[in-house]
Parts: sequence; C-alpha cells; structure tokens
Amino acid sequence: MAERVIGKVGRVVGPVVEAREVAGVEMLEMVFVGDERLVGEVVRIRNDAAWIQVYEDTTGLRPGTPVYGKGEPLSVELGPGLIGGIYDGVQRPLDVLRAQSGDFISKGIHVTALDRERRWEFEPVAEAGSEVFPGQIIGHVRETELIEHRIMVPPRMGGTLVDIAPPGEYVLEDVIGHLKGDGGERELKLYQKWPVRVGRPYKTRRPHTVPLITGQRVLDTLFPVARGGVVVVPGGFGTGKTMVQHALAKWCDADLVVYIGCGERGNEMTEVLLDFPKLIDPRTGRYLMERTILIANTSNMPVAAREASIYTGITLAEYYRDMGYHVAVMADSTSRWAEALRELSGRLEEMPADEGFPAYLPTRLAEFYERAGSVEALSGADGSITTIGAVSPPGGDFSEPVTQHTKRFVRAFWALDKQLANARHYPSVSWLASYSEYTDDVTEWWDETTKGEWKDLRSSIISIMQREARLERVVKLVGADVLPDSQRLILETAKIFKNAFLQQNAFDEVDAFCVAEKQYRMLKIIVRFYDLALEAIKKGGTLVGVKKLGVMRDIMQMKFEYANEDAGKLEELEKKLEESINEFGSIFG
Amino acid sequence: MSLEASSDRPRRRDLLDQREYVGIEEISGPIVALRGIHDVGYNELVEVIDGTGRVRLGMTLEVSSGAAVVQVFEGTSGLKLGSTRVRFRGEPLRMAVSPEVLGRVFDGLGRPIDGGPDPIGEPSDVNGLPINPTAREYPRQFIQTGISAIDGMNTLVRGQKLPIFSGSGLPHMQLVAQVSRQARIVSEDSGFAVVFAGMGIKHDEAMYYIRNFEESGAMERAAVFLSLADAPSVERLITPRVALTVAEYLATEMGMHVLVIMTDMTNYCEALREISTEREEIPSRKGYPGYLYSDLASLYERSGIIKDRPGSITQMPVLTMPNDDISHPVPDLSGFITEGQIVLERDLSQRGIYPPIAGLPSLSRLMTDGIGEGMTREDHAHLASQLFAAYAHVKDIRALASVIGEEELAPVDHTYLKFGDVFENDFLSQSFDENRSIEQTLDLGWKAVSVLPREELHRITEEELKKYYRK
Repeated sequence: MAERVIGKVGRVVGPVVEAREVAGVEMLEMVFVGDERLVGEVVRIRNDAAWIQVYEDTTGLRPGTPVYGKGEPLSVELGPGLIGGIYDGVQRPLDVLRAQSGDFISKGIHVTALDRERRWEFEPVAEAGSEVFPGQIIGHVRETELIEHRIMVPPRMGGTLVDIAPPGEYVLEDVIGHLKGDGGERELKLYQKWPVRVGRPYKTRRPHTVPLITGQRVLDTLFPVARGGVVVVPGGFGTGKTMVQHALAKWCDADLVVYIGCGERGNEMTEVLLDFPKLIDPRTGRYLMERTILIANTSNMPVAAREASIYTGITLAEYYRDMGYHVAVMADSTSRWAEALRELSGRLEEMPADEGFPAYLPTRLAEFYERAGSVEALSGADGSITTIGAVSPPGGDFSEPVTQHTKRFVRAFWALDKQLANARHYPSVSWLASYSEYTDDVTEWWDETTKGEWKDLRSSIISIMQREARLERVVKLVGADVLPDSQRLILETAKIFKNAFLQQNAFDEVDAFCVAEKQYRMLKIIVRFYDLALEAIKKGGTLVGVKKLGVMRDIMQMKFEYANEDAGKLEELEKKLEESINEFGSIFG
Repeated sequence: MSLEASSDRPRRRDLLDQREYVGIEEISGPIVALRGIHDVGYNELVEVIDGTGRVRLGMTLEVSSGAAVVQVFEGTSGLKLGSTRVRFRGEPLRMAVSPEVLGRVFDGLGRPIDGGPDPIGEPSDVNGLPINPTAREYPRQFIQTGISAIDGMNTLVRGQKLPIFSGSGLPHMQLVAQVSRQARIVSEDSGFAVVFAGMGIKHDEAMYYIRNFEESGAMERAAVFLSLADAPSVERLITPRVALTVAEYLATEMGMHVLVIMTDMTNYCEALREISTEREEIPSRKGYPGYLYSDLASLYERSGIIKDRPGSITQMPVLTMPNDDISHPVPDLSGFITEGQIVLERDLSQRGIYPPIAGLPSLSRLMTDGIGEGMTREDHAHLASQLFAAYAHVKDIRALASVIGEEELAPVDHTYLKFGDVFENDFLSQSFDENRSIEQTLDLGWKAVSVLPREELHRITEEELKKYYRK
C-alpha cells in the first residue's frame, strides 16, 4: 500500500490525536500527522475515527490538517550500519538529526535509519539457482571488527535464489539477488524491514545452560543470569541502577549489547557515547562501541516515542540473534516506559487499573520480556537475547504495580538497596532480597569451570550470610561483645565477604570487572578463611589473634591486586592463608 | 516588553491568526472551554479579555474541530460567559530574550515588575526543545561552592542539575543564597549569571533573595522571575519555562555560565495537580497526574553543556518535602531525573548545625568525573567514600548506643562516636558567610577520619594515608 491521505486531524490532546473522517486505515499503521508530517501510529479505530499516538511534540498542531497513512506498520530498518549507532525511540539516528537540525531536536524531520551512501564489502555464501529457506544466511558483510553481519533471507520468504551478486562493494539499496517464491519474484537487498511490535520468528527455544558472565561478582556468584534469561533490577533513585546497567553494558560477555535509555537523563547517554568509544573490551581487545547499539529517548523527548523505544531496541536485538549472536538488552528504565503507556492510556480515556496504569500493562510487559530467550534461529544458528530491565519504583517501594507485574515474568530479581547505597556500597545489590532462578541452570557450567567446587562454595557462603543476618538482630540489641568468638567469626567473615568480594569499584582499572576464574578463587579463599579460622578458634585461638595475621590485609586487597589474567596466582594467596592460620592454630594445638 | 503577548505594537500577522471570539461556554477553576471556533493549534497562546478590557494570558490544553479548552494563567475571577472575548494568537507563548534581562525583576509570566522598560529582544518559544543527546558535552568541571558538605561529599559540577530537598522551616533559603554568592570555578575569576525562578514563594522570601543578590553584587548578573504565593497558581506553570528560556539564551547565545535556581518546585507540582484535577484526568500517586515525571523532566533536562558552545546551564531546584517525606511523589520523581540531591535534615538543624546537609541520603551523581587530581585533589574520591562509610557506621552505632548505652560499646565504636562529632561540628558545620577552599574542606575531612584508627580506613590507599593521615 502506498502513502495516501487517510483522514484529518479532529482533536489534539497532548501526544494523542484523534483523526476524523478516516477511511481505509489499518490498526498500528504508521501515519504522518498534520502539515509538519509528525510521525505517529494508529492505536484505535472506531467507525470513521482513528486515534493516533504521535512520536513528536504536537504543539501547534491544528484540527482539519491532513493525516497521511504510510501503508505499513511502524518498522525498523535492519542491515549493516546499526552497530555503533545512536537512535531515538523510532530509530531516527540522532547524529544525523543533529547534522540536519542542530543541537536541539526539532519536529517533522524525516531521515532514514541506515546510511544509504556507505559501501559495504559483500561476500555471498549461497549459490544462484539453489533453494533457500526463510532466515537462511546468503552472504556476509564485515560490519565491525567484532561483528560479521550475516545477510539473511527475510523471514516468511523462501524459494529459489534466481541470482546473487558477486563479491564486491554495495550500498544498501543495491539489489544483491532475486528470490522466486510463491508470491512471485522478490528483490533482495542488504537490509530488510521488520515491524517493531511483532517478534521475529525462530525455529525452537533452547534450554538455558550457559551463564551470561557480567563481571560483577555479586551477580555472577550469588544471582547468576543465564544467556537468554530475563532479569529485573529494581531500585529507588540514588541506588545505582544506572551504574549497574552501565557496568553490565561495558563488561558482560555478550557478543552485542543493545542499550535502551528509555525516559532517562540526557547526560547519561552522553556518558555512554563518550566512554564506550574509548573503552576496550577485555575479551576481544576492541572498542566497546563496536559491539553496542544505543537507543536514546531521554525523559524530555516525546513520550510516545519512549513507549516505542523498547520495541525498537528488542527488534534490533532479535535481528542479530537470528544471525547467531548472543545479545544482551539493557532497558533503563521500564518504569518510564510504563509511565508513557499510562499517559497515553489516560489520554485515550481508557479505564485505569492500579495507580492509573492501564489494565493491559502486565500483558505488554509479558510480551516484551518473552521476546528474550535462547533459540535456534531460522538459519539454524544458536542465538540468544538476555534482557535486563531496570525498574524505578516510586519511593523505592517494591509493591508498586510495575515491579510487581514485572516480577511475574522474570526469573531473576536484583534488588538494589538504599541502605547499601547510602554507605556507598556498590553495586548495591541486596543479598537478602534478590534471587535468581537460573542458578540451577548454570551450575553445571560453573562446576565444569571450577572442578566441581562452585556449588558447595556458593552454598557455604550463603549459609554464612544468612547466619550473619540472624546474628545482626542479636547484635542490634546487645552489642557484638557478648557473642562467643565462633559467632563473631561469622560476623567477621561476612564483613570480609561484603567488603572484599561483594563490593566492587566500577572506577578501578583492575576491579571494574572480574572474570569467572577470579571470582571462584576469591570466593574459595574467603570460605577457606572461615573454615580454617573456625578450626583455630576451636583449638583455643582468639578471633582477635586471627585478625592480626598479616594475610588479612592481602585478602582485603586481593580484588585490586590480582588482575584478571593473574587470577591463577590467587592459589598462592590461598596457600599463604592456610599456612598462616595453621601456624597460628598450632600454638594452641 | 518581555512577553510578546503583552505588546500593543501592531504586528504583521496572517489573517488566519487574527481570530477573536466573543463568549465562552464553560468556566471551571482556571480553565475555560469554547465552542464554535476554527483552526486553533494545540499549546497555542490565547488572550482572554474580560468586560473591563483586561487581557489575561492563557494556553490551549486541548483542541478539536470547533472547540478548545484553555487554561488561563492569571485566574478566571471576574470572567463572564457572555461578554468574555478570546483571541487566539496562532503561536506558542514566547519570551523576548536579550542580555538586557540581567539585573531585572519580572513577574511569573516574564513582564517587568521593577518599574523598568520592557526588554526588547528575539521572542523565543518558552517550551524549548529537547537537547539532542549527541550534542551534549559531558559535565566534568568542578564548581567550588565553598560549602564543605557539598564540595567535599556531593560535589557540584558545571552543567549538573542538583536539587535541594528541604522541609518547611529548614534553612534552604540561606543555603541557596550562599551557593549563588560563592559558586565559582576555581581556575576562573568570573562567577555565574543567576536566573532565579520563584514559584509560590512568599513576598518576604522573595525580598530576602533579592536583597542578598543586591548585597553580594550578584544582582547585576541576575534575572529574577517571581510568581509569588498570592499570584494565581496556574501562572507557576509558566514561570520556570520563561526563566529557562532566558537561561538557555544566556548560555547558548551569550556563552555565559548560568546557575538557575527554581524554588519551590513543590508549589509548581501543586499547580500542575490543580489543573489536572480540574480537567478530571486520571490521577496516579497522591492525585498528581501521570505525566508529572515527563513534565518535570521537560524542565530539569533543560540544563547541561552543548558541544562547541562556551556556555552552560547548572540547575539548583529547591523543593520542600511535604512532612519531610522523601518518598513523596515530588522529591521522588525529581530524584529520578536530577543528577543527585542535597537533602536537608531536621535533626541536624535542630542541633544547631548549619548547613544541615544530611550525610547519607545526599548524593551527586556527576561527582566522580569532576574530582581528583588536576580538578580538586588526588585523595578526594577515596576520602569522600571513607567519610560516607564511616558516617553510615556512626549512625548504626548511635542507634545501638541508644539501646544498650554508650558504656557498653566496644572501644573502636567509641572512636566512631568521636568521629561523628568531629565530622558534624568541624566538617559539616560552617557559618553562613564562610567560604572554604576545596583544600580546606579536604583537610577538615582528613581531620575527621584521623580520629579513627588507621586499620578502619579500608577505602583509602596506603599512599594517601601516608601523606595525609594525622598530619
């Protein structure tokens, strides 16, 4: 369907426009509203009226001006050139917008998402005349040093590949092949389009087995997430949500990161734009920006585009998943998305449910989170999307609707704690309120990596932390001095675990991220410390004596002093610990 | 003239825009509704003229073919259904901006109230436009406020938006006055241009600020916008926008560094709620509209630095937390948008400590990038982190001591109590006109941590300890 006039503006209420005298419009069709051709989407049709949510500021929009239908749903362009880009909620490249309209974003500017001029080196892998199936990889383009872009037959298309272009340089609009299928002959290009609100198809779902190593000890060790999993990070303001999201985007071992800044601060996006092109990914030695796509719809940008931004982000992620990559999606913050939904719903005069949110909030949340997962793609490749959604509960109250509904659709919960943040304990993930249901899924992987020790070490430390929480209640009433040394050792071990292990300095070169091996060795040292010290105390030694041992300072500093590549050397520290405590204990033996 | 709308000068306008209608259909609080009109834009400026010829300004909140809903900034008292005339201006509300606005006092809609002439300048849409995130420069330049609790622990940087969360009866007025008087970049001589937006504040409060600006000589580089407590509340919705429009002009066009003070944001939010309930919108928390977050963001995000332009906008909004409740929607949603917060604490204030800046809930998110070697001092980050950690522990011990008595505390906990006293009395506490350099502030911080035994200082490196501990 080509573009045509579908009606005219009848009523304007903020970002919602009611079009009148409407004919032949489709639900969720993309439209252009008014003389300035503001981008919008049809969200309700009733008789000859259609309701449109508009992705740009509607100031000055007048009733009676025309509404144009584009004849297709709101879609994104998928092709080489996405990586390293920064887009708004409806995939308009912000740097191109800046070049066209200056430092402030003005209205009614239409630009293509992908650069049409840039030439890409195309390498075909399919042969002319062969039968191809939907999603099949027919060629390669080197998009960045890190990511080989695999050109796929679009889903729902298949048939005979009539011809395919020889190796060489092409621009996006060049026809690189023809496909003959049921619907006749179709042109293939280096890019395809896909509607954002529809999940891209895949062959089958796969079970979760491999953890996404985030490099954050508290997460990987205590509350791991599997590749293809979904996590929510709730936290009131000032608890370091964005710091956690940034740390994950920087250091997690995904192939590609899609970072959605949804209704958040402008300066935060600037920080990412500034840092990522300079930071080196430790696993590949390349710049982080070469594996990152940013979607930025800051809090002062139009609210409807904020609603669309998470769909835009996840659709890009699905496209790379289909090529066989492991993608991590960070959505910061889904609460702002839900608020956008609430605002639009209010303007549409829908009946509200909890706290003014529409009744379909949980459905929308479920739809979004279910687009994550580990799959066998149509091409046969294994890919995954791990989604990490931040939630900003008002007043830090986790009982509010967005947190509560989100909890139903995610399997890991990283609760950020105000008290920890106040004491500047970062990441401020609460070890008491958080949980992960992926622990069992990834135990096998960890046990393989750590010679079968991980599971036991982990349960030892969890048991120590739980006993500490109970003892703390006693201490609050009577002070720590009355406890016997064996119990004070629990407090002491917990303190070491918190300071030397859980707390991680995002600004320290060595400590900013921590590989799996280092995590395991550090954990082992702390658990060993507890066991050995307990033995020494039972023999008659005092905790004060243990604390005076020189090795204690080494333990407190091990996160800074042993670089990731030297993690193996921690074995020596473990030996040193054993020797010092045994020596100390032997006095009493 | 300041607001284009208040002009009587003839101006060339499209015929279409010369639309005036007589008679309105409904008046409800500050909102009027009209029918039988044509071709009116959303968010368009409206003049409402009553029987006596008085012109009031308003804005369309909703338009549909043949009808419009208009909010009247200057109240609706005295309006009649039949005789009221309504003129649609075909443009959004604009403010005339020029360097001449400095040294002047305006009302909440940007009209001079100091007896001076209307400033002449380029009219700019008060709603502004969002800054493209790719055009932003990341703020990292340290602003010395001369206040230890801010400089040392919650450092303000140029281009940041750092609000003050206060309560009624707490000395936020003094603090704001002190900051606007003392704030400067260490390496530069010039201070800030100050744009002050007072919303729903009392007359004497407004006088206090103006007097302070005059005494410190800041008035000649200040523009003051006042929508006082007895002005119609809807006017407050425009005041910060007019002020920010001026600030944006001074920063982006004149290359000035502008400090914007907006007080009191709680009154602004109340006005927004008033309009929202009047329009029978679905409320979210505590009756505030669901779009409160987006609306606040449209103000707070008008700060920062733009690449390759010399100026900057630093915002210091002030809000009073109703009942000192930080989880109230106004402070809560503000905290989610701003880059940290300075929280004033009643307990400290009652103990006579000025400024009563709460140690733990206060935070500056941009601090890490603005401090350290070459900006403040190399030990700053670790020292601040240690002060936070130690002071958090003091709070725990004080709670414990109130249960079991001070005598029962372990010896190391006694030193923590002593640290708490030194921290509060020597570091936090300072006088209203004391302007401390960053070195003085950090040295006082070291004085406090030096009370603690060395092995308690986990967050400070050996080198820094050698250099500063108990020196």
